[in-house]
This record gives sequence, C-alpha cells and structure tokens, in this order.
Amino acid sequence: MREMFATMWLIRRFEERAAEEYMKGNIGGFLHLAIGEEAAVVGSIAALRPTDPITSTYREHGQALARGSDPGAVMAELFGRSTGLCGGLGGSMHLMDRERHFYGGYGIVGGSIPLAVGLGFAASYREEDAVAMAMFGDGAVNQGVLAESMNMAQLWRLPVVFFVLNNQYGMGTALDRHSAETDLFRRAEAFDMPARQVDGMDVMAVHAAVADAAHMAREERRPCMIEAVAYRYRGHSMSDPDTTREGSEKERWQARDPLVTFERVLLGEGIITGDDVKAVRARAEEVVAAAARFADESPPVPESELARHLYANPWSEDPRGSAVMPS
Amino acid sequence: MTTARKAPAARGRAEAGPKPVSYREALTQAMREEMQRDESVFVMGEDVGRYEGAFKVTRGLLREFGERRVVDTPISEAGFVGIGIGAAMSGLRPVVEIMTVNFSILALDQIVNNAAKVRYMFGGQVSCPLVIRMPGGAGHQLAAQHSHSLEAWYTHVPGLKVVCPATPYDAKGLLKTAIRDDDPVIVLESEGLYAKKGPVGGPDDLVPLGRAAVRRRGGDCTIVAISRMVWVALAAAEALAGEGIECEVVDPRSLRPLDLEALATSVRRTGRAVVVEEGWPECGVAANLAARLYEACFDWLDAPIARVTSADVPMPYAKNLEQAALPGPADVAGAVRGLLGREGDA
Repeated sequence: MREMFATMWLIRRFEERAAEEYMKGNIGGFLHLAIGEEAAVVGSIAALRPTDPITSTYREHGQALARGSDPGAVMAELFGRSTGLCGGLGGSMHLMDRERHFYGGYGIVGGSIPLAVGLGFAASYREEDAVAMAMFGDGAVNQGVLAESMNMAQLWRLPVVFFVLNNQYGMGTALDRHSAETDLFRRAEAFDMPARQVDGMDVMAVHAAVADAAHMAREERRPCMIEAVAYRYRGHSMSDPDTTREGSEKERWQARDPLVTFERVLLGEGIITGDDVKAVRARAEEVVAAAARFADESPPVPESELARHLYANPWSEDPRGSAVMPS
Repeated sequence: MTTARKAPAARGRAEAGPKPVSYREALTQAMREEMQRDESVFVMGEDVGRYEGAFKVTRGLLREFGERRVVDTPISEAGFVGIGIGAAMSGLRPVVEIMTVNFSILALDQIVNNAAKVRYMFGGQVSCPLVIRMPGGAGHQLAAQHSHSLEAWYTHVPGLKVVCPATPYDAKGLLKTAIRDDDPVIVLESEGLYAKKGPVGGPDDLVPLGRAAVRRRGGDCTIVAISRMVWVALAAAEALAGEGIECEVVDPRSLRPLDLEALATSVRRTGRAVVVEEGWPECGVAANLAARLYEACFDWLDAPIARVTSADVPMPYAKNLEQAALPGPADVAGAVRGLLGREGDA
C-alpha cells in the first residue's frame, strides 16, 4: 500500500513536471496527462503480476512508471533523446518497456485493444498462466474493434482483463454525449462476460476489482471487464484549452482527489505517518527532478538511428530509395 | 553489366517433384511444412478451419494440426488481425488469412498503425513476425467491392514487406520465407491464379524476398509485370514474338523489398519498358516502378516508360465492361508496339 501511494505521487509529480517541460519547449508533439487518474492506473497494474502483459493508450506515462520503468528513461523519451525508453523514436504516446511486459502506448483510440487479446492468446497458446490487460479510455468503447476483441476473448476463453478507465471524456466530448449507455461495464453483457464498475478514485477498490478479474482470467480462463470511474483534471492534451467542462464539475471531483483520499485512509489506519507522507512527496519530487535533469543532459538521437529499427531482417537497399526526400 | 538472376520457377526444375502442383496447393504445402517445422506457427482467419478456407487454401490443416493451431475467427477483420499482431509481438508466428484483400480494408488501421509500426516506434524492442495472406484481383464478375488489387497500398508503408507470387513455385517459396521472416509480410495472392499449376520446391526451398525473376528473355523491350499480370505479359510476349518482337518479362515477385537492380539491368539492355499491374493507374505499383526505373535508367531509355493498368474506375459487373477495365495481353502488346514505333493489329 505504501508502494502504491508512492507510485501515485511519482505519477502526479511526473505529469506536472512534464507539463512544465512541455511549456518550456523541451517536449514536442502531443502530451496527454493523467493527473486525476493515478488511483486507476496504479491500482490496476499493482493487482497484476509483473509478468502479465499490458497495453495502453497514448496517456500512458503513469502505466510505464507503475510498471517500474526508469523515470529518467520515460522523461528522456518525452524529450526525444537517445536514452529514452524507446530511443526517442516513440515519444510521449509510444512508451514501451518490453522487459517489464509493458507492451506499449498507442495513438489510435481503441487500436491497441486486440493486441492485448493477442498477448492473452499467446499466453493461452503456450499454456502459460499470464493474464493480459487491455487498458483504454471511455472514448475507446465506441470503437468497433473493442466489441470484436471482447467477443473473441470470451468466445475463446482467453485470459484478458478489459480495463476501461472512464475519465468522463472522449477528448472533449463528455460521457453522456458520446455513449448511449453511460455504465460502460454493461457492454460486457452482450458478450456474456463478467464485468464490474468501481470507483476509479479509490486505489484499493480498483486493486481489489482487478485482482478478482485477473484471478478469474488466470484460473478459470474467463475474461472480464472492469470499469474504473475516474476523472482527468487536465484537458485532453496540452493543446486543449479545456473549455467544454461545465460549472464546478472539476472541483467536485478534485474534492475526492485519489492521492488525498488514499493518504487519509493510510493515516487513519496507522499504516503511514505524517512524516512518511512528507518523505513520499519529497522523494517523488527528487526522482522527477533527477529524471528531468537526466533527460535534459541526454544526447540527441543520432541521425544514424533514422531507419535502424525499421525491420528485424533488413535488406541492403537505402530506405530512402533513390527518390529525393526532404531530410 | 550484370545479368538479372534467373529464377528456378521460370523454367521449372526436374527434381522439384514429379507432378505439377496448383498455386493453391503450393500455399497449403508451405503452411503445412512450416507448421510441422515450427510449433509457434499457427493459422487464423475466417473459415480457415472446418470450411478449409474460402478458396480451400487451408485444406487439411485443421485435421492435421487441430483447433489450437487452426483458428476459425468471427467476421472481425480488425479484431483478428490485431490479435495476430499481439501474438506476433509475444513471439508467435501467426499466419493470418484475410478472405480477400477487399476485407483487409477493415483491418487497415491494425496493419498500418500497429503491424508496420510496433518495431520502429518502440525502438526495436519488439518484432512482429506476422504473415497476412490474402488474395486479390478481378475477373469473376464480382463487381466494385470484391475486385481490388491493393498492392500499391501495402507497398507504400515502411515497416511492411510485400510479396506477390505469380507461380506455384514462388507461392510456396515466398510464403515459407515470409513465415520465417521476423517482420510483418503481406502476401498478396491472386484469385485468378489459385488453379494455376506448376512445379514447386521442397521443404527447404525458399524464395528470398527482394529477388526478381526473369520469366522470358528478349532484347527489344522489357515488360515488368506482377502477380497474375506476369501471365498476361507472357501471353503478350508470345504474340509479339510472332511479329519478330522479343520481349523480356521480369517479375519483381516482391515489391518491398524491391529488386530494382534486376529490373534496371533488363531495361538498360532493352532500352524500353512497359510496366503492368492489375491495380489502378494513379499512384500505383506501375507508377512507382516507372519512377524507379526512370531514376535508374534514364540515360539508357529509347522511349518513355509505358504503364498498363486497370481502368481508373471501380470494377463494373457487366462481363464485357469488366474485361474492358482489366489489362489483357492485347493491351500489353499494344503498349510494346507503341514504344517500338510499330503499328500492329492487336
């Protein structure tokens, strides 16, 4: 529990720092922050074994950190440096840490879901007891490929947990404006798949739900769907002025901030002390500062890397071909 | 000047087996042999199991390998292609059959955004040893939505490899190579070639990716043709030979990687080139190969490079219109005569 608390703080501080670095121009492209979603991210991942494969979306810095990826390598990836998790080729939206069975962040909404089913298929094929978890947002539930994936997972009894992190918005479109049925877990009924909705601001509730789901997937070969109802405090990405939310909605959710709530529980149950809290926060601060420093001091990606990873079995032809392309 | 490599398939091989085998059966043999050889190879797709494939290419595989390794899927192209990609990322070697290229459009996001990208965008941490097999082409009055030739679409994408076998030998040899390759390989078969018979190689005869084959020798004009169009080109060359025009027919066999050198070597010798494909003319394979050949052979050319493609329309149903839309031997022969400045009675 202490570890989950620390990871949640690490993610919060990491995301805040990433926003700063984006404003300074150190991070390019899109930057999607998960502030407010820490309980859902950490609770779900902590409930799995470290060898259970997971896939995620483009809002996945927290997933990598929760899996134990080096914060310096994550920040360096955001900076587009050679020391990044993916050598600077992926960026914020495409983190992957294969060693930690984190199978990546993907930029197309819903697109990574069948990959997780494929990872579950592979586990089943090899008679391994791994469980794959597809992590996606409420925006993805309206992609057809989710229905296709859930159907095949259930049809073939694959060890897959479908984890929908419902942060209330598909980009700027609110849940009740994008989904006819706002209880997203009920989609599973169509596939005769067990499903549950949990408070995504409560890390222990998320942990318990995913632990049950993973157990069922592992032991009984029954895929499950878990909907974690959470909230993202920031706009869709750094370029989103965040103008579509109504009234005091954000304040209402922030009153149930997952970090504050969890801290209260841990203090109340005597699991940690006030000094521990201070230490956790200071440590998160320190790690993130070191990560940013590491990223900043890291060398740029050499141009020789331009095509190095394109193919596992490359051929000798210059990938630029003979056509003149802008460099 | 180097000589273009000659493929065994061009002439057949006496030791390659007593009896000619269909293109369809050649593909089945490739899958069966690779599945016997490597436990991580499995076949997945719509009706590939009990039904034995819409074109019977997976005949006998379910009986031999069982449901674990021959997986019937629902009609969910994006879903099962994505599952194949995920399985490949974890080290299995899925051979995914999409019933026809027309349905692969539903899986285009998975193919282009995932299969082609995962290795690169994650900095080489994973490979995607996936094969997607699918037939394309027209000629059976299947009309606008079932007659596509999409070689150009897939060849356009870095991260994919694309092969388009024209003979049973290449169908078997290229599919085997594709299955053993660690990258995603799109195997574009031709519906019109499934019954075509010819010699095939044995279990260890692979056809390398990126190696063109010279199908016929000739010094007057090079015809570069892919897939079923190789046979159209050969028919045209036969007709032209009767007029004293000798064409060299070169089949790239693989579009990515492309054996540009073999094509260019032939064109430098003949000084003329006609490029033939069944796809559409705009931004097509023929357009691309013509551009590559201009860059490589401009100073050797005696005439502009000609393209012969399908008409720039969706495929019509009416038989006569369909035939009018498709490239045939007369179109190819006409293009060759045009380059040679001779009029003929095509």
